[in-house]
This record gives sequence, C-alpha cells and structure tokens, in this order.
Amino acid sequence: MTPTLSDLAVGQDIGSSTVVVTRTDLVKYAGASGDFNPIHWNETFATSVGLPGVIAHGMFTMGSAVQLVTDWAGDPAAVVDFQTRFTKPVPVSDTTGTAEAGAVIEVSGAIGAIDADKGTARVDLTVTCAGLKVLMKAQAVVRLA
Amino acid sequence: MTINPDLQGNSYPAKEVYDVGREKIREFARAVKATHPAHFDVEAARALGHSDLVAPPTFAIIVAQRADAQLIEDPAAGIDFSRVVHADQRFIHHRPIVAGDRLVAELHVDGVRAMGGGAMITTRSEIFALPAGTDAGTAEDAGREPVATATSSLLVRGEGQ
Repeated sequence: MTPTLSDLAVGQDIGSSTVVVTRTDLVKYAGASGDFNPIHWNETFATSVGLPGVIAHGMFTMGSAVQLVTDWAGDPAAVVDFQTRFTKPVPVSDTTGTAEAGAVIEVSGAIGAIDADKGTARVDLTVTCAGLKVLMKAQAVVRLA
Repeated sequence: MTINPDLQGNSYPAKEVYDVGREKIREFARAVKATHPAHFDVEAARALGHSDLVAPPTFAIIVAQRADAQLIEDPAAGIDFSRVVHADQRFIHHRPIVAGDRLVAELHVDGVRAMGGGAMITTRSEIFALPAGTDAGTAEDAGREPVATATSSLLVRGEGQ
C-alpha cells in the first residue's frame, strides 16, 4: 500500500532496515559504480593512507540506505531529491569465506517535513554503524499522491 | 601541491554520452541491495507508468563521477586524487532515469575554499538526456532534457591531514 500525503504527520516513523555488508559487496559496488578507489578493497592501501582499514564507499551507504524510502514510497521515481553528508567511515572487516558480516548498517526513517503545495514529504534517515552516525542530514524528498 | 583557487566558476562541457542499459540498472540496483521490482522487471516499471526499468535514486553518481574525473584529472586543477574524500552529495531529479536514456553531464565548479592545508571543492553536474540519434557537442543537443542535478563536495586533504 502506497502512502498518501494527507495521511502523514511530521515525526511519523516509516520503518527501519538493516544492511549487512561484506568485502564482496564493496567489490560489487566498485564494479557497478566505476569507483575503484583502493581504499574500498585493499587493506594495505587503506591503512597506508591513515584509515582503520577498508571502508565502504560513502555512495554505497547512501545508495543502500535509501531503499527503505523507495520501498515505503512504492516507486523508486518518487524520490525527487536526496542528499547527505558523509561524517564517519564504515569500516568493513574481512570475513571472506565465512558467513559473518563485515559491517552492519542500521537505517531508520521518519517524516521530517510535509509540503502540501508541492505534494512532497521529506524523510529524514538515521544511518548508523556500530552505534555511530555515519550519515548526517540524510534527507530524501518524496513526491506522493 | 596546492589547489588552484581560480577553478571556481570553471565548467567542463558535456563530453561522452552515457547509454543507460537495463543490465546496468539491474547491476547497480543489486550493488546497493535494492529489491524494488521497477529496477528489474520491465512490466513492473511500466505498471508504474515508466517507459522502461527505473534507475535507483543514486544511479546518477556514475555519470556525475565521470564528469568529476574531468576536473580531478585536469593538470591545471592541482588535485591529488589519492587525497580526495567525498564529503557530501545531493541529487535533484528533474525526471527519473530510465533504461534507454542517453545521458551527458556538464560539470560546473561552484566553490573552492581553502581548509587547513587542503581545500573543499563543490562541483555540480547538470545531467541531460539527449534526443534519440544525437550526440554530445552537436547542435542537435539543444533539444536535450534536464534529468538530474548532482552536487558533490570533495575534500582534498592537505599534507598531514
């Protein structure tokens, strides 16, 4: 069931999701996006530039977090504006060959604002990894009927 | 290496065309763990009123980062790519990106500001769809349609940062 603007209220929760990330996921994202920066797949390189280890692409985190909004809205094209700041890296440990997660990203969303004239609602996302907020001002504006 | 402050206000014209394919939309959707059927199933996309598979909301980053590469690889810019950190990102969609689109991006350098020994650079990619049968840089691209505006802030870390 797709949400309608008149049924929404500021502060209302839209739900939550959990994104399990492995090193394989980062390699897949690198290939799909064309972003082959070695900090996202090579431990030696990542530590040599002062990172704790291999980190997820900020755009992987941003792109996977918005699925909560897309699924809630019922149409990926409903997301007309989406922005975030990347505040903390998401370190992904090497669990290759096991069933363990390399990192777990928790996403939740709530209605931050409603613009009845434009027919849009702003969903504010809270995105954390290991208890730290990894995205700030993660806001998706959604056009709804 | 220092960032050239005169970069602000620079722009780089649309160059190569990016052809949006169905399999690329599916691949990108899987890579961001998207499961919405409109990314995978043409009939599901059409049932929502789209002409073909719909790209996920951050798909335009592929085109925007290719445009950013023009700046990063410009010797006159003085940017060391290994010191670039993505600080923030925004996409404004003027209309959805769908399979079959032929996209071009025009890159604008909106801001350059010194930060410590480094700099924060704000770029804006204006992404357009070309009419069928035209190429970037030809007179025919006057009929191009605005698709998305992607704004990125790139932090170039200074020495010791």
